[in-house]
Amino acid sequence: MKIGIAGSLESNDALITVKSSEKLEIIIESIVYDFFYEQIKAVILDTLKTANLSNVCVICKDKGALDYTIRARLLTAIERMEKA
Amino acid sequence: MKNSLNRFVPEGFKPFLSSHDYKTKKINLIKEKQTSNEIKMLDDYSHLFDELGIKDGCTLSFHHHLRNGDYVFNEVIKEIKRRNLKNITLAPSSIFPNNFQLVELIENGNVTKISTDYLNGPVAEAVSQGKLKNLLVMYTHGGRPLAISTGELTIDVAILGVPTVDKHGNGTGAIGKSACGSLGYAESDLKYAKKVVFVTDNLVEKVDNPQLDGKYVDYVLTVPAIGDPDGIVSGTTKITKDPVGLKIARYATGVLDELGLIKDGLSMQTGAGGTSLAVASYVKDLMKQRKIKGSFASGGITGYFTDMLEEGLFSELYDVQCFDLKAVQSIGKNKTHHAMSGSRYANCYDDNIVDKLDFVILGATEIDLDFNVNVTTDSHGKIMGGSGGHSDTAHGAKVTVITTNLIKSRMPIIKEKVTTVTTPGEDVDVLVTERGIAINPKRKDLLEKLKDSRLPIMTIEELLKTAHEITGVPKNQTRTDTPVGVVVYRDGTVIDTIFKV
Repeated sequence: MKIGIAGSLESNDALITVKSSEKLEIIIESIVYDFFYEQIKAVILDTLKTANLSNVCVICKDKGALDYTIRARLLTAIERMEKA
Repeated sequence: MKNSLNRFVPEGFKPFLSSHDYKTKKINLIKEKQTSNEIKMLDDYSHLFDELGIKDGCTLSFHHHLRNGDYVFNEVIKEIKRRNLKNITLAPSSIFPNNFQLVELIENGNVTKISTDYLNGPVAEAVSQGKLKNLLVMYTHGGRPLAISTGELTIDVAILGVPTVDKHGNGTGAIGKSACGSLGYAESDLKYAKKVVFVTDNLVEKVDNPQLDGKYVDYVLTVPAIGDPDGIVSGTTKITKDPVGLKIARYATGVLDELGLIKDGLSMQTGAGGTSLAVASYVKDLMKQRKIKGSFASGGITGYFTDMLEEGLFSELYDVQCFDLKAVQSIGKNKTHHAMSGSRYANCYDDNIVDKLDFVILGATEIDLDFNVNVTTDSHGKIMGGSGGHSDTAHGAKVTVITTNLIKSRMPIIKEKVTTVTTPGEDVDVLVTERGIAINPKRKDLLEKLKDSRLPIMTIEELLKTAHEITGVPKNQTRTDTPVGVVVYRDGTVIDTIFKV
């Protein structure tokens, strides 16, 4: 199994783990879950689409990151997974 | 029932009308407690309970000057548990994370009622979960002395930690191994409780400049330690190094200056947070540059203000509570650093200090389009603080400035409606964030003074829009319909209700 990790658990950041998988799976833990869950999920889906990935497992541990941070962390995690 | 801010008020409570409504009402003070002829010396909490006949249904009060290092409150909690007393009411002026043992007593029905000015940590969590049998009553620092002096909050026994006590019962917080400085929040309890106990770890022959008058004291309980010095005061309070916080502080100081508030005789108050202290430090620079001398600073006092006093930048400090070691040392040696009672500080029916303030710098967990401020709950409605002196100073000061980041961990601080109202918008004048400054449109005088300003002044709606462009629009939360507490405004009316989460 290939895996890539990027980000941190600092405030305003997110720790994102991407693993190869047979199906699409997205797990989100967030301190602003009740307020922004759908938006975080949408950013992840959109970023996966740009990266042409459909079957991966994404685990996002979010500490209040903004959309561009989530996107950047996810893209880096994908890159690291692909190099792994 | 709803109050004037359209917030729910549970039955049996008076609805909030406006922040100046107290002027139309008269109050009746209850009689001060009988002075005691003889002081009994005790050396054990258990003896104290026996002597006083503390039993089911009693109301016990405490002050929070020993903060997160306090042993007194916790020892009393343990004794209640040991005796398995039921239906006890506790009325501490604040509750901190170190009071976690109280949770078990709430769950077991030993403690069924609590009134306080501020609470966070495990007890706040338990109350938010609906574990307390009766509604939590949250006062302001000025409202609590009022409630005590009018008999709204009756206290059977005040159990007060006092760092140094003499054999006549006179007490001070300025000296002793557990010195905490001012004992301002203990004074109403001292004067109006049915019985008063001082708990000390430093019994001396004579206290020279007592803050608390021994004539009200019935018992002195001597114990090995009333608190852990490390938890009583933070070692030092520091200016923020965060560039965002510093930018907010620069803007806030700019607004104060353009409003002409940095002038001879100025009076001010800030909190002890890093950004507030940065404002104090910028104001200090301006005062020195222009050779300005202020009349007084008040509130919880930090080393920043004692330095300014010692440098001659203020004539006096009025101190209800010391926030750091430097403040404690200063109150022991500087004659112009005065301890004041909670009532003198902020009781709207007393000759209070907050009414004499030119400006105050305050924080906010949330602020809404009507400038209402929440410092009581988070955006889920979970209790995490309380007014303390927030709504008291906001009403008293001529200009009330809220300094806050526009966004904290993706949460926009500006809401259409705050989750819980602590301080009404009618008393909030200026909001300063790193992205811009909003002036309450009701303050036409301030807007006029700032009309040629080069500061980034905009409407609060524009600031909200900016925040949403960055974070996205947060999903609205639905709350439960089960009240767990009331936010009592300084005049005794209910400004909002806290619901179960």
